[in-house]
Amino acid sequence: MDPSLSASDIASSTKPLSEASSPPVMDLLSEPASEASSAPMVDLLMEPASEGSSAPMVDILSEPASEASSAPMLDLFMEPASEASSGPMMNLLMEPASDDLKEPPKPDIDPLADILNDTPLSEVKTPVAAMPQETPSDLFDDEPSELFAEPRQSNTAKQQQTSIFDEPDEDLFSEPLGEASKKPQNDFFKEALAPVAKASNVCGPLSDNYNEHPTDIFTEEAMTTLPSAVSTVSVNSKTNGVHSDEEEPDIFAEATVELSLDSPRNDRKKKEAAKPSASAPAPSVSASASKPQPKTLEELEEEVEDKFELNISITNPEKVGDGMNAYMAYKVSTQTTLPMFRSKTFTVRRRFSDFLGLYEKLSDKHTPNGYIVPPPPEKSIMGMTKVKVGKEDNSSAEFVERRRAALERYLQRVVFHPSLLQDPDVREFLERDDMPRAHNTQALSGAGFLKMINRATDSLSKMTIKMNESDVWFEEKLQEVEAEDQQLRKLHIMVDSLVGHRKELSVNTGGFAKSVAMLGSSEDNTALSRALSQLAEVEDKMEQLHQEQAASDSFCFAELLADYIRLLGSVRASFDQRMKTWQRWQDAQNMLQKKRETEAKLLWANKPDKLQQAKDDITEWEAKVTQYERDFDRVSATVRKEVLRFEKEKACDFKKQIIKYLESLLQSQQQLIKYWEAFLPEAKAIA
Amino acid sequence: TSSVRRNGPKFTQLIVGARSVSVDLNNDASLLIDIPDALCERDKVKFTVHTKTTLSSFQKPDFSVPRQHEDFIWLHDALVETEDYAGLIIPPAPPKPDFESPREKMHKLGEGEATMTKEEYTKMKQELEAEYLAVFKKTVQVHEVFLQRLSSHPILSKDRNFQIFLEYDQDLSVRRKNAKETFGSFFKNMVKSADEVIISGIKEVDDFFEQEKTFLLDYSSKIKDSTARAEKMTRSHKNVADDYIHISATLNSLSVDDNTALKKYTNVEGRVASDEELKLTELLRYYMLDIQAAKDLLYRRARALADYENSNKALDKARLKSKDITQAEEHQQQCLQKFDKLSESGKRELTSFKGRRVVAFRKNLIEMAELEIKHAKNNMALLQGCIELLKSN
Repeated sequence: MDPSLSASDIASSTKPLSEASSPPVMDLLSEPASEASSAPMVDLLMEPASEGSSAPMVDILSEPASEASSAPMLDLFMEPASEASSGPMMNLLMEPASDDLKEPPKPDIDPLADILNDTPLSEVKTPVAAMPQETPSDLFDDEPSELFAEPRQSNTAKQQQTSIFDEPDEDLFSEPLGEASKKPQNDFFKEALAPVAKASNVCGPLSDNYNEHPTDIFTEEAMTTLPSAVSTVSVNSKTNGVHSDEEEPDIFAEATVELSLDSPRNDRKKKEAAKPSASAPAPSVSASASKPQPKTLEELEEEVEDKFELNISITNPEKVGDGMNAYMAYKVSTQTTLPMFRSKTFTVRRRFSDFLGLYEKLSDKHTPNGYIVPPPPEKSIMGMTKVKVGKEDNSSAEFVERRRAALERYLQRVVFHPSLLQDPDVREFLERDDMPRAHNTQALSGAGFLKMINRATDSLSKMTIKMNESDVWFEEKLQEVEAEDQQLRKLHIMVDSLVGHRKELSVNTGGFAKSVAMLGSSEDNTALSRALSQLAEVEDKMEQLHQEQAASDSFCFAELLADYIRLLGSVRASFDQRMKTWQRWQDAQNMLQKKRETEAKLLWANKPDKLQQAKDDITEWEAKVTQYERDFDRVSATVRKEVLRFEKEKACDFKKQIIKYLESLLQSQQQLIKYWEAFLPEAKAIA
Repeated sequence: TSSVRRNGPKFTQLIVGARSVSVDLNNDASLLIDIPDALCERDKVKFTVHTKTTLSSFQKPDFSVPRQHEDFIWLHDALVETEDYAGLIIPPAPPKPDFESPREKMHKLGEGEATMTKEEYTKMKQELEAEYLAVFKKTVQVHEVFLQRLSSHPILSKDRNFQIFLEYDQDLSVRRKNAKETFGSFFKNMVKSADEVIISGIKEVDDFFEQEKTFLLDYSSKIKDSTARAEKMTRSHKNVADDYIHISATLNSLSVDDNTALKKYTNVEGRVASDEELKLTELLRYYMLDIQAAKDLLYRRARALADYENSNKALDKARLKSKDITQAEEHQQQCLQKFDKLSESGKRELTSFKGRRVVAFRKNLIEMAELEIKHAKNNMALLQGCIELLKSN
């Protein structure tokens, strides 16, 4: 396959498109499908970054974008290359096809959008959405391979078309190809006003989807490209939602079968199919990228918030069973307009260990890739035992409420994470009625969980010493995170003490109220006696007020801090993960060095019989070194994006919670004024 | 530095502003006393007692003398022990200055300096200094109030010891009670409270005193309880305020957006606590002591009643034995006289005590409610401003 050729093809194809309606477009695309798609990809990656029309975009994008884009690209391209058709791929990347492409695409844009919206795309997207990064070999095999494999294999022009589009979509996710399609749009936006309007429309959906759907896929694009690019992305995302899960398996089957065959197009397919792992990482990167993006595009962000389409609440904690086997079950209600769910509203019942189980699954899958997986609340043997024993006292009710709220926040964090929402386990957790019981959550709970984090940080700090950090950013961030952790812990202790003191104040105020009431009853001056009993009433209300304020200290403030202390643990774990991949890469390099030395020795010793083995070893380890280095770059990029996302979210969260907290204070002050103002005439009436 | 010196008009103003928290004294202008200045060194507080008078019994119309806490105690004891004043409510002695709590806190703060941010430390230190100053102020105030109550009392204001206390421009060099004496007075108290039990068994002849007795006994135990609880309440309020200091400082170092509101809130919260302390706790504490003084009066009267009854019995016995009848009669008459006199002045004192108490409660309760409202309004304005600021960001 010749990249240059494909590019030109595309260009030609695009022109007709402008004139004709969407169907023609399909044709155009269908023909050169595999090649064409690849070329555009290049454009997207390279261009947007360099061009970057909007100032803010550039700033934000410039850093992460370059990394993000480069990393995925490399993955996709490099892997296949090593195995089979490395040549063409490389070419694609390098080539200036982009220039050619830019022009023609403009007219196409509209049609493109349409196309994207069409169902075929949806199929492609689904896989992307699922995006199981490392673990799910299944996922990869299914989706990515399908996407690529299917269209190409099918001879019909239309099918091919779809495939092309699909590819772009995929690209968005995993590959740069997807971007190609977007790119034209970008240009379009810049140049043609009318189209812009359209584009904006497109954006609407996008933004919606954006939050909820973990448009990781999109994000990458967004990062690299201009806002306009984002809009296109949005279209894609929408389609994603549309696609049905069921379709995937079928596609998958086909894809795998056909892969073996192939022709020129196969190269690509092969690459992807063969290296699911490679493609998988790519999506992850893009996902992480998505988060920073919102920051830059403020409008987009706002829109997103407005059009939020996924609400999760946890309600009705209910005790199930008796005695020590009793447990609390919670109603998890989901309200959504996201097409990825089977219905708009649904509820399931989950118990605490299910939440832990979800975390475990997510953590197993996503932590190794550098993701920050939100941790669940800790197990509390004390609290739960009380509940089990069935004490209907305040502390038990408070415990249940506290846990309910914590679980709700936990789950919300999970679904707000673009890539985690795409995880099938999350969907299963939200939708499936008969969840299999989670096992072995014991290890994760409470102390075990903390221990794990501590262990992670221990090894991390040890490694930091060894690792000669090439990227100052990480070093500084890690230090920041650690300092913040300290501060948060300190603050948490203080807020706890505030809660304690406030409760004490409440109790003491209550005691005083009673005492004043008694004093009032003993007072022989009638007016003073009445004033004293009024004072007692005021103080009684104060007691209530302090108590409520203590609860809000605790709920708004202390819980937030506890959440973030746990979350920082996850952040550190993702830094740790980066170190680990670095370590693996270093180890592989050392091993390669050893193998080379062995070869040299064998050459010296003139032992040709073993020489071949040695050469094979070297090839193997060279591949590994390349792979591990890529892994490291990928994880680094992910960590960086995750941390940026985390910081943004944290700032929002804190702001939100502090406002809420201040409002609670405000309210109690209002009450306080009311009470004292009512008392004042009583005091004045004393004679 | 554990010594704080506040001199001159500034401090005077402070005192004046907070004066007459617990008692409402209608001073006539013939004898005006204040403490414009005080110096605190470790546990010792040196007060400057300033007197302005038109009374001819004083040598000069305007003079100041240095006095220590012990001198006040001496004066109080001297008054209590004066037989002629048995029918009066002797104003309660000012409590011993107690700088233990702020000093201890200061010490703790010094130890914890390393664990705090600079801002936090500074804020805490300021807060402690303010607390220290407040204790100091309060101390000066209770001493001043003691003297003012004496000066506004028709009989006590003419007391010789009181005049010496005010006028003698040298050190009074009153000895502190030694251990034995302290034990002695402790023993006296024991006997007194044992007596109280006995006396409370004595049949009261006068309804007014019977009522007063029941009332005061009851009231005293309740106000004692209220005082303790008010103290606890203000202390925990103070703790809450302190927590806010730490929290706002830490939030600051966390560079979380904007916590100016919280920081200011901290200040207000602290002021609420100290105002509550001033208006409510001090009031209750003072009346707890004052009621004790009233109870002492009742005790002395009951004692006199018991003496009178004993003298009656003695007279009966003497008549029976026809021996020393005149002597017994004389004694009985004396006791009766003493008792009647005591009852009479006691009645007067208790009635005026009641009026005084009601007025003081009224004043303080109104002030407290107003302060609570003022602080809450301040808080609201701060919080609202901060919320708006946060939201607009």
